[in-house]
Amino acid sequence: MRLWLPLAVFVAMLVIIAVALYRPADRTVYSAMVGKRLPDFTVPALLPGKPGLASVAFADGKPKLLNIFASWCVPCAAEAPQLMTLKAAGVPIEGVAIRDTPEAMHDFLARGGDPYVAIGDDKTSAVQLAIGSSGVPESFLIAGDGTILLQHVGDIRSDDVPAILAKLKASK
Amino acid sequence: MRRVVLSALLLAATPAFANSNLPPAPLANTQLSNPAQEAKAQALMVTLRCLVCQGQSIADSDAEMAGDMRALVRERIRAGEQPAAIRDWLVARYGDYVTYDPPFRLLTAPLWIAPLVLIGFGVWFARGSFRRRRG
Repeated sequence: MRLWLPLAVFVAMLVIIAVALYRPADRTVYSAMVGKRLPDFTVPALLPGKPGLASVAFADGKPKLLNIFASWCVPCAAEAPQLMTLKAAGVPIEGVAIRDTPEAMHDFLARGGDPYVAIGDDKTSAVQLAIGSSGVPESFLIAGDGTILLQHVGDIRSDDVPAILAKLKASK
Repeated sequence: MRRVVLSALLLAATPAFANSNLPPAPLANTQLSNPAQEAKAQALMVTLRCLVCQGQSIADSDAEMAGDMRALVRERIRAGEQPAAIRDWLVARYGDYVTYDPPFRLLTAPLWIAPLVLIGFGVWFARGSFRRRRG
């Protein structure tokens, strides 16, 4: 009888370890800023003729999409058509380019289209760190009062578009 | 032969990290000129998780984002900010996940208490075993 307890503990440990090993782990790092106010930032323009970006632009009462991206990032090119769809649906998209150059960005926009109202030049990932983003691309839905409503980690696929539009509509 | 070629190719392969063409931030790989401040920054950096490599601290990682985080830590230390304040700033953005020195909370309590409970259990179990043998 005394031997059953250690055996039971051993089997329980085995089950816990086996379950944890076989369950695919979610390694996505989510921002803890969702539901809070967008932190203050100001980044200069990256391209001539395209304004830079400051957090005050998000406090004008209209919900917007903040897209953290880069010309050197492959999934960013993959999500370009979806951003164009969102733009066509009337969503203002503000961009923050991470560690980018004007030449590379010019080529990037020529290839995939330009859905951006503004593109801020973030050479030190400062905006990215301030908003709790850990990679490119990431998109944040910002309510008209500057509250962060939603974080989308990774590229926006075509089947993500309706959910983003619905959330945007609900926030109006 | 084929096996040799394949092994050589595997050795030559590097993980496909998407990297920009920009040089690292000035303070990413340069120590602060004030040694006391650099020591403070270093002590903090080894406790902060690199978010794109996840198994490494930002002090250990070559990832660009880790470099930008080191630059952020050094800049703020140089400006006179306390390490605890910088860590709190990052925890507010990424959660406790970003630090390797998790604070004591309800959620993290088992992390700190479980080893003590296990040691207590071990001592109790060992005492029982020795006593029986003697008797």
